[in-house]
Amino acid sequence: MIEFKLPSLGADMDQGKLVEWRVKPGDSVKRGDVVAVVDTSKAAVDVEIWHEGTIYELVAEPGMTMEVGTVIATLLAPGETPEAAEAAKRARPALTKVSLREEALAVATGTTQAAAGERRRVSPVARRRAAELGVDVDTIPGTGPHGAITLDDVERAAAEKKAMPTVSGDRGDKQAEMRRAIAAAMSRSKREIPHYYLSDRVPLWNATLWLQGENAQRSLTERVLMAALFLKAVSLACEKYRDMNGFYRNGQFEPGESVHVGVAISLRQGGLIAPAIHDVQKKSITQLMLDLGDLVKRARAGSLRSSEMSDPTITVTNLGDQGVESVFGVIYPPQVALVGFGRVAEQPCIVDAGLRIIPAVTASLAADHRVSDGHRGALFLAEIHRLLQQPGTL
Amino acid sequence: MTDEKIRAIVVETLRGIAPELDESDLRSDRPLREQVDLDSMDWLNFLVGLHQRLRVEIPETDYRKLTTLDAVVAYLAQKGV
Repeated sequence: MIEFKLPSLGADMDQGKLVEWRVKPGDSVKRGDVVAVVDTSKAAVDVEIWHEGTIYELVAEPGMTMEVGTVIATLLAPGETPEAAEAAKRARPALTKVSLREEALAVATGTTQAAAGERRRVSPVARRRAAELGVDVDTIPGTGPHGAITLDDVERAAAEKKAMPTVSGDRGDKQAEMRRAIAAAMSRSKREIPHYYLSDRVPLWNATLWLQGENAQRSLTERVLMAALFLKAVSLACEKYRDMNGFYRNGQFEPGESVHVGVAISLRQGGLIAPAIHDVQKKSITQLMLDLGDLVKRARAGSLRSSEMSDPTITVTNLGDQGVESVFGVIYPPQVALVGFGRVAEQPCIVDAGLRIIPAVTASLAADHRVSDGHRGALFLAEIHRLLQQPGTL
Repeated sequence: MTDEKIRAIVVETLRGIAPELDESDLRSDRPLREQVDLDSMDWLNFLVGLHQRLRVEIPETDYRKLTTLDAVVAYLAQKGV
């Protein structure tokens, strides 16, 4: 039997609330299939499965809030029979006890509470939530097994109590939650990662000319932005300087096998999310533009995939559109580097021993001293600089 | 198409990108991108939206003409949409 655990959704998202299952017991699934939707403080995330098999049991129920790593479903491996799975389950009774969390556990083991007398059956998570929301559990109906009061019952009662909850109120809660999540991840980053910072002014004369030439021939829908060149240049430099690309986990650096670039995207109502474009080093500029457009759209609509949240091996932030000259970022753990681009603006530059006014950008690097040092970082930035001088080769 | 009609389509397209946009806060003679906080991807999506609704091509060299809401409307009107 395969245990499917709630995958990581990024450093600032250590738990999620199951919104719905997209599969049912008996369904066959393969790697990459979306099996569930989980709501986080930042976005609703389509959870992808990384096993092949048949869904056996859905352990988690919609409405439950689960920590990353919680077993949320079990699967039969290809060829495995339900009988074998049951035998395996009996042999390991701890599975259900450990993996079923709070609410489900309380409901499933209602007997322990029955022994306690006339008390209503209330799951711990529902009781806690009831206290938070000021709901009296003795006054609300329970829809769980044996009339147990579930988290949903409490939340429904609270919603009914609160006359017409306003949209702005909900949004305010979500905002506060997101801010807390970002604060937690960034505090961890600043506490654990010894950052060093470098910057370099990169002339973009060639890149600007190349873009103008390309875009003159392309229809509006296929037009390319400088941002796509930045992403590609960073990914190619990562292939050469592998100590900028990957994860620092359990006291050591694990280089990324591919370059999945997290793109910092500001959400219009506030907040920030940095989901990945996968395998950037292998993609054409045209493909990257399509992927980037799609990612921005989905990030803002709150519809991302779990792999996009957990996979980025490096992050790129592009704050130039907001007019700043440069940006020095905070590394998103467990990544080890972040590249920032400021505003593309006309600047005086020395080109071929002459002074010229050309478009240029300040590229910056924040990197992890546990993995690399300034010398390597400088070579990495120089490589990005060099790649951007040859836009046709990107 | 009348200027009013064009303007309505432009605002609707903007709202597709910036759902929080309050039209009454929009000054039609002030820089559009700053007011609506459009980054270069938003700007491109805005133009693609206009292209899809009005079947108009907007070459990159014309971007500098599209400064304000009034300017965008005038540009589109002059394109004969």
